[in-house]
Amino acid sequence: MSGIVTMNRRDFLKAGAVLGGGLIIGVHLPLGTAAGMEPPGETFAPNAFIRIGTDDSITVIVNKSEMGQGVYTALPMIVAEELEVDPSIIRVEAAPVTPDYNHAEWGIQATGGSTSVRTEWERLAKAGAAARMMLIAAAAREWKVKPDQCRAEKGFVLHRASGRRLSYGKLAERAARLKPPAEVLLKDPKEHTVIGRPVRRLDTPAKVNGTAIFGLDVAIPGMLTAVVARPPVFGAKAKIIRHDQAEKVPGVKRVIPIDAGVAVVADSFPAALKGREALAIEWDEGPLAGLDSGRQRDQYAEMAKKPGAVAARRGDPDTALKGAAKRIEAIYEVPYLAHAPMEPLNCVASVQPDRCDIWTGTQMQTGDRNAAAKISGLPPEKITLRTMFLGGGFGRRAVPDSHFVREAVQVSKAIGKPAKVIWTREDDIHGGWYRPTFHNELAAGLDAAGMPIAWRHRIVGQSIAIGTPFEGGMVKNGIDETSVEGAADSPYEIPNFLCDYHMAPAGVPVLWWRSVGHSATCFVKEGFIDELAHLAGKDPYQYRRQLLKKHPRLVGALDLAAEKAGWGKALPEGRGRGIAVHESFGSIVAQVAEVSVGTKGEIRVHRVVCAVDCGRIVNPAIIAAQMESGVAFGLSAALHGAITFKNGRVEQSNFLDYPIIRMDEMPRVETHIVRSTEKPGGIGEPGVPPVAPAVANAVFAVTGARLRTLPMTPERVLAAASGK
Amino acid sequence: MITLIVNGTRHQVSVPPDTPLLWVIREVIGLTGTKYGCGMSLCGACTVHVEGRAIRSCVTPVSAVAGKEVTTIEGIPESHPVKQAWIADDVPQCGWCQPGQIMAATALLAANPKPDDAAIDEAMEGILCRCGTYQRIRTAIHRAAGTTSKGGAP
Repeated sequence: MSGIVTMNRRDFLKAGAVLGGGLIIGVHLPLGTAAGMEPPGETFAPNAFIRIGTDDSITVIVNKSEMGQGVYTALPMIVAEELEVDPSIIRVEAAPVTPDYNHAEWGIQATGGSTSVRTEWERLAKAGAAARMMLIAAAAREWKVKPDQCRAEKGFVLHRASGRRLSYGKLAERAARLKPPAEVLLKDPKEHTVIGRPVRRLDTPAKVNGTAIFGLDVAIPGMLTAVVARPPVFGAKAKIIRHDQAEKVPGVKRVIPIDAGVAVVADSFPAALKGREALAIEWDEGPLAGLDSGRQRDQYAEMAKKPGAVAARRGDPDTALKGAAKRIEAIYEVPYLAHAPMEPLNCVASVQPDRCDIWTGTQMQTGDRNAAAKISGLPPEKITLRTMFLGGGFGRRAVPDSHFVREAVQVSKAIGKPAKVIWTREDDIHGGWYRPTFHNELAAGLDAAGMPIAWRHRIVGQSIAIGTPFEGGMVKNGIDETSVEGAADSPYEIPNFLCDYHMAPAGVPVLWWRSVGHSATCFVKEGFIDELAHLAGKDPYQYRRQLLKKHPRLVGALDLAAEKAGWGKALPEGRGRGIAVHESFGSIVAQVAEVSVGTKGEIRVHRVVCAVDCGRIVNPAIIAAQMESGVAFGLSAALHGAITFKNGRVEQSNFLDYPIIRMDEMPRVETHIVRSTEKPGGIGEPGVPPVAPAVANAVFAVTGARLRTLPMTPERVLAAASGK
Repeated sequence: MITLIVNGTRHQVSVPPDTPLLWVIREVIGLTGTKYGCGMSLCGACTVHVEGRAIRSCVTPVSAVAGKEVTTIEGIPESHPVKQAWIADDVPQCGWCQPGQIMAATALLAANPKPDDAAIDEAMEGILCRCGTYQRIRTAIHRAAGTTSKGGAP
């Protein structure tokens, strides 16, 4: 990874330790008004997460970024449950950047890893319960009765015996004078009336009438707009900048070299864009000038000839392979992928002598705030970062080097005015921070009964953590845990097992992409196990079942998906089913895809049945939406997505050559949730990994063509079909 | 000066005539419900109506709509069946593409009050959604039209 890391390293070392599974900071309940918040007078703010106004308004301060995954609904629902209010009346406010709002486990303020509900549940439930208890105590004192004779209901405290009642707003001032309870009593889940119900999203009305404000929508007085001429090759540096023509473009105010390239500052976006087109820059292209995807593939294949760093090993796979009744080998490849959130990256910054204000959609507030402090020369507490709605995140807005914030702060500082930096779609597609490309070599051996006795999986790919502040927590013994997650910990019971890894050379900026390593490893694991089932002449669903006997939750999800999809039942001519199951982010998702293949090799996915076991749930409607979303996101990658390089340059530039699925390609998605009392799992990402293998396995069922390379383009389908 | 009529209000704007309508709406008039996604008429996030027809404002020069009626997401009444259906079906996720989706859907229903799935796909396939809300969009359009969906890719 290139670029200067400007964040507070100490913060990130903490985070890294957690990501590595070591450090868990206990849930605590921050009491008192959070620093940096200025609540209007006469409010009751029992903790950092709830504010109750004398006008009966209830505000929940959410420390997670809303990027479509539903946190601005699910997290307030947890508060509403304990506070005894209708969730629909809750106002949501994005948390400021202070330690009170740090991720409950990571020690920084950030959104990712499908962790929001599972890490915030307890803390928010306690916050809601504490507020409820204080409101009840205030009412009891007012009425000179015992608190246990009162109860909270729909925003009121009621006294049973006398029928008296007071609204939370009326009690707010009095409650604010009380000491917070030392211990809080949470509701019995059997009494839940909000949690577990399909509550409508709180942000829908604003997103339907156009009033929701995203980062790109922010406009402040005196603001100028900038676009950046970015290097054509990763790591290239501007050598000679000819900006006289650019400065002649009407509306262009300044041309400023910054870390990211050359910023053209103008009074409008179109003027900035014209100014950028008029720039003439000679670049020193650096070591990646010759980057070529074909040659990179050969390089990875060469690396795979030698053993890698061992991520997991059981038994003696090499000997077991030699003695196997049947053997099979395969190569699986997946490309670089861009996140391509619909809202291109952007940031507004206003640097003044004594303060710096930032408005942006980010998933990593603490790092961004610290980066702004460093550039502006101001202490972190003088930086006010306002988290706006994110027009999609998928990991792209959680960047360890804070680049899209840094560039706006640099421009604002240079021009002495507020600045908005906008990425064009081309900037986004060319801009790096991709899901890494992976080369996978597999070998397996079956016994006489067709069951696997050996499995070897070698992975070659870039590390997303190396060279970042997360390296310490995420890279151990030369292995980036995200490169092997979902592969090294395969749940299939195979006595002789090896998963090893080669870290490919750094250079292309890579990043977590919705479902991270699982987006690649699940395709490989679930494709290859399907190959084994076929080689053994067994039904791929039953074959998996047999190998998962020690994992009842995986079997449960698999069974539910198979049952709901009508596994084994006849389908119309030309259609086939494929199945896949995978655990990621604390949740299990099984999917059955129903597909047909056209004469030109085009894959049509008609239906995807999802069974999800994510433990205890908050909002089944959001879970269903996230399954639909995961399927769509996964299908875009499975069928279309690839970032490739030639002469160091990215060959794609916009949705024309980096397509995502459209309305007419969207299958019918059905979601079935396993009832569970297990601890909550994530939901934003786990729907993504199983899609590609379920589709590939279904294509095999229809055509006999085994697809081991993504995306599954018509050309690849035809080639696989002719070579089968 | 170019005269624009946006949501029934006349505006005199002083911009180069080739300025894309999208940026005049967003930066000059200050209505930010209309979104930028690609700048090349590939994603439909910028869809608005001109004289009732859905067009891509990111590639429409402002001079081409001088004096014509432009409607943006802010100009669609809250009571419009499409907006109501969007709320009933809880369509949005991140929300960025939804104004474009709604503008395309309202134009579709104005032209074809009872579209079938194929007609919906045809009218909507130009509007990309990275969150994958397509299934709910289809359901919501059927709800607004008072029809039912067969659902799924045909």
